[in-house]
Amino acid sequence: MRSPTADPVVVAARLGVRRGFIEMAQSLTNRADQVWIVTVNAAFVAVLWFQRDSDLSGTGFSLALATVPGLIGMNVAMGGWMATAQTLAVEREDGTLLRAKSTPNGMVGYLVARVVLAILGTLLGLVIFVVAGLFLVPGVADVPLRGWLMLLAVFLLGMAATMPWGAIVGALVKSSGAGFGLSFLPMVVLVAISGIFYPITGMPDWVQPIALVFPVYWLGAGMRDAILPESAAAAELGGEFHTWETFAVLGLWGVVGLALAPRILLAMARKESGSAVESRKQAALQAWS
Amino acid sequence: MVSDDPVIEVHDLRMRYGSVEVLDGVSFHASRGEVLTVLGPNGAGKSTTIEILEGFRIRSAGDVRVLGTDPARGDEAWRARLGVVMQSWRDHGRWRVRQLLQHLAAYYVPYSTPGSPRPMDVDELLALVGLAEHADKKVGSLSGGQRRRLDVAIGIVGRPEVLFLDEPTTGFDPQARRDFHDVVHRLADLEGTTILLTTHDLAEAEKLADRILILAGGRIVADGSAAELSRQVEGRTEVRWSRNGEFFVHATDAATAFVRELFAQYGEEVADLEVRRATLEDSYMALVQRFESGERDATAQGLEVVR
Repeated sequence: MRSPTADPVVVAARLGVRRGFIEMAQSLTNRADQVWIVTVNAAFVAVLWFQRDSDLSGTGFSLALATVPGLIGMNVAMGGWMATAQTLAVEREDGTLLRAKSTPNGMVGYLVARVVLAILGTLLGLVIFVVAGLFLVPGVADVPLRGWLMLLAVFLLGMAATMPWGAIVGALVKSSGAGFGLSFLPMVVLVAISGIFYPITGMPDWVQPIALVFPVYWLGAGMRDAILPESAAAAELGGEFHTWETFAVLGLWGVVGLALAPRILLAMARKESGSAVESRKQAALQAWS
Repeated sequence: MVSDDPVIEVHDLRMRYGSVEVLDGVSFHASRGEVLTVLGPNGAGKSTTIEILEGFRIRSAGDVRVLGTDPARGDEAWRARLGVVMQSWRDHGRWRVRQLLQHLAAYYVPYSTPGSPRPMDVDELLALVGLAEHADKKVGSLSGGQRRRLDVAIGIVGRPEVLFLDEPTTGFDPQARRDFHDVVHRLADLEGTTILLTTHDLAEAEKLADRILILAGGRIVADGSAAELSRQVEGRTEVRWSRNGEFFVHATDAATAFVRELFAQYGEEVADLEVRRATLEDSYMALVQRFESGERDATAQGLEVVR
């Protein structure tokens, strides 16, 4: 009776894609979001401006040239991990998730929309940094096609490596405030130790192994690998780019995250109910007053 | 429109949280097109019951069937036949009213059948709940009452066969309340929707419900129509009158006979006559008070009203 094109799950997935685009448009037309996007990106572009004349560890390249890929990598971790965790925590609290749950296949649509919105939001940052780099930083315009393709590959793999973990944090925290704290603070620490703004070779020895465990370092390293010329490798650990290690570590985070996240999301979704949302609402209202 | 196909069947439902027994053997049923209201003090288990029926909460024990399916195992096709009106807080604040309703409606398209075309027409629905002129407003800018109307619209956009409403009229002004009652009657009478709602408003329960369940301490202490509850639960009518400037009150099960007797005896001396049948509120208060003052077993047995 049903035509194959009307498979409810496919319909819901398509609605999820549309939902992601609608939410992106809403974000771009929202005043608070606009202010946030402009302020944050202006701050990072200012970093590039000030760094443009500094030298990268005696390699003869501008420090700003190394910061552009670092920013792009950090942006992936922010969009994939931090934003996902915070959105999920907020939308559990405000009842968005419960609404999705009471709609047939609504959770499929909801999760697809989360992925689409995270990718769109992260792409926006990526475009901003690339364009700023093209104008401000000598050398970005010379990146070959192979470099841009690798950038795209690291971007996609980075999203896969970070989003599931963002979803896990968002699913496990008790409130939107905790979601913000538990995603923002580790992010700040990891960015600080991961050689995003300053080469990791300049970090204390005991810090390096910690940074090497997490995706933030590898996102930065992968993006530098993609954009910087071979000779800039002198500033990397061991004086060379670690292409395979980059893909291996990010891939491992992605595989483990994707294996764990669905189970944790399912358990989270099972617990959503009107009274669960109501009690979180009361807790949040109390926290404000 | 009330027919005998059981749409909701609950038998000996039990729910425990740790050592606390929230539901202690609840049984009831509802037929197609029937409107059931669950009344009860806070913490009586109303929300727990409704969430178990919605499939959002797993029960400890007992048999539950909604549209012939155990809600704990209900799939998405089953969910498409259900409507849930939840209390929104601030979700989807950036969406526009029509945009959100259209988006959520689209999930029901694959579940449309010739007998019940899904979803409902979004603009007709907006007019039905009185939001037509706010269709292009952002959800976050609606007033509390308007938001609740939207909640109701979202709950019924999939043309549900069973509709669950947990305190739907909180924050409604009298006009919104009346409009809402019209919508409920329309759904039950014209669409044959079975409706289960919880409320604290006894007048509302009386106006809407074919049957009222009173839940106290995890048990159903009364189950019947408003009239039946009034007659049988605290079933005495109060007769007040005065004679020679002195006032009298008498409670009786047979008011008509009593008044006839009164006039036969005193004739024109009787003045200020007032015959007051117990209201639902009287019955409810009596029931809950008796229950809470510890006559648990007596209450459960003596006051059960089965029609």
